[in-house]
Amino acid sequence: MLKTRLIPCLDVADGRVVKGVNFVGLRDAGDPVEAARAYDAAGADEICFLDIHATHENRGTMFDMVRRTAEQCFVPLTVGGGVRTKEDVRALLLSGADKVSFNSAAVARPDVIAESADQFGSQCIVCAIDAKTVGHDEDGEPNKWGIFTHGGRKAALDKDGNPIDAVEFAKLVAAKGAGEILLTSMDRDGTKSGFNLPLTKAISDAVNVPVIASGGVGTLDHLVEGVTKGGASAVLAASIFHFGEFTVQEAKEHMIANGIPMRLQ
Amino acid sequence: MLTAIIDYESGNLHSAEKAFQRMAAEVDAGDVVVTSDADIVAKADRLVLPGDGAFPACAAELRGHKGIYDAMVEAVEQKGRPFLGICVGMQLMATTGREYEDTAGLNWVGGDVVKITPQDARLKVPHMGWNDLVIDQPHALLDGVENGQHVYFVHSYHFQVSNPSERIAHVDYAGDITAIIGRDTMVGLQFHPEKSQHVGLRMIGNFLKWAP
Repeated sequence: MLKTRLIPCLDVADGRVVKGVNFVGLRDAGDPVEAARAYDAAGADEICFLDIHATHENRGTMFDMVRRTAEQCFVPLTVGGGVRTKEDVRALLLSGADKVSFNSAAVARPDVIAESADQFGSQCIVCAIDAKTVGHDEDGEPNKWGIFTHGGRKAALDKDGNPIDAVEFAKLVAAKGAGEILLTSMDRDGTKSGFNLPLTKAISDAVNVPVIASGGVGTLDHLVEGVTKGGASAVLAASIFHFGEFTVQEAKEHMIANGIPMRLQ
Repeated sequence: MLTAIIDYESGNLHSAEKAFQRMAAEVDAGDVVVTSDADIVAKADRLVLPGDGAFPACAAELRGHKGIYDAMVEAVEQKGRPFLGICVGMQLMATTGREYEDTAGLNWVGGDVVKITPQDARLKVPHMGWNDLVIDQPHALLDGVENGQHVYFVHSYHFQVSNPSERIAHVDYAGDITAIIGRDTMVGLQFHPEKSQHVGLRMIGNFLKWAP
């Protein structure tokens, strides 16, 4: 049986982990390669690097970091942040990334997903969607979500000036060939109040490709809900692992205890 | 001893190279090179054929590199050199690929590569993530690998073998998905051993020691 994936995410800027990682035994908590190695050893199912500055000048640093990580970590590595063209995809894949994630560039021009998937295969093309609630139903439950770009700072609008609908956009990029959707709730990111479950469910139901739930994890029950209520194929979290609140193993054991199939080492 | 990972421009070989080099050092199996040189393919003691992307594109790229292709076919078919196909490299061992259009494979293991259609419509395609192996029959590659251990898959098409004796292991995804195929000196893995942590590294080490 296919297992649900648990993915620690490392935010990186200028080749260093932002916020740091509080693990016992790390020689350098700010070194992304060290942190990735620790997560690999702890049983992470994949590792995600997000280059949050992604300036042109620091691309070389990013490639070097990906290369060094791929030499030491034998689990899949997803890299995102500042990916604009299929040439960017190629450069990251050659450095050792297994999957490359588009975000703003896919909103600006969804065909970049198709061009990249045609050349490198859907299996390595992820589309990251940052969504924020823009509408509610009669009971006050969120039922409409808009897309945000540029790290959540900028609302993406269609040609009529309306927010681009997150569910419709997810369907579009899946049809263009994205092999996976990394869905982050901008309402919840950093709040530790749990995933935006109606959003996760709406997107997961709308597309046939796997959805990674992201944004808002504060407890192990949140990870469980992302799968049981949100329908996610994978759950991504950052701070609950970085600061040693929970280990990857504890998280997996908790998910198994709640009936979710997980890989244990 | 020399192991050649065949580079026909089918994608990222960096991780595979590092994983094979690490295990070659561990099991004392000599050198591992990534190469697009037909002479090196011809003289290598073992061959690894990776592959990412679509079957027709990979098949066309491989045949387009005629020197490598001819050297590989001769090494495997005439000289019986141990061969390992990974992901689409494994699928290329089939009779026919039915992704987008019908494309001839190497026809080393009889069968077709077809779209994954889980009986449970809620299941996602690609089949992406860690799945537990169900071993159908013993094989040298599985030395030290147990039933139920996990390996990492990412694919939308799968290999349906014609002859059940050539399926070494499978996984369950609301129906069987072939995980390992093998015949004579050839073996193919649908999953990525270089991304399957210690279980995958073990199989790479086993391949590098294999003397069929």
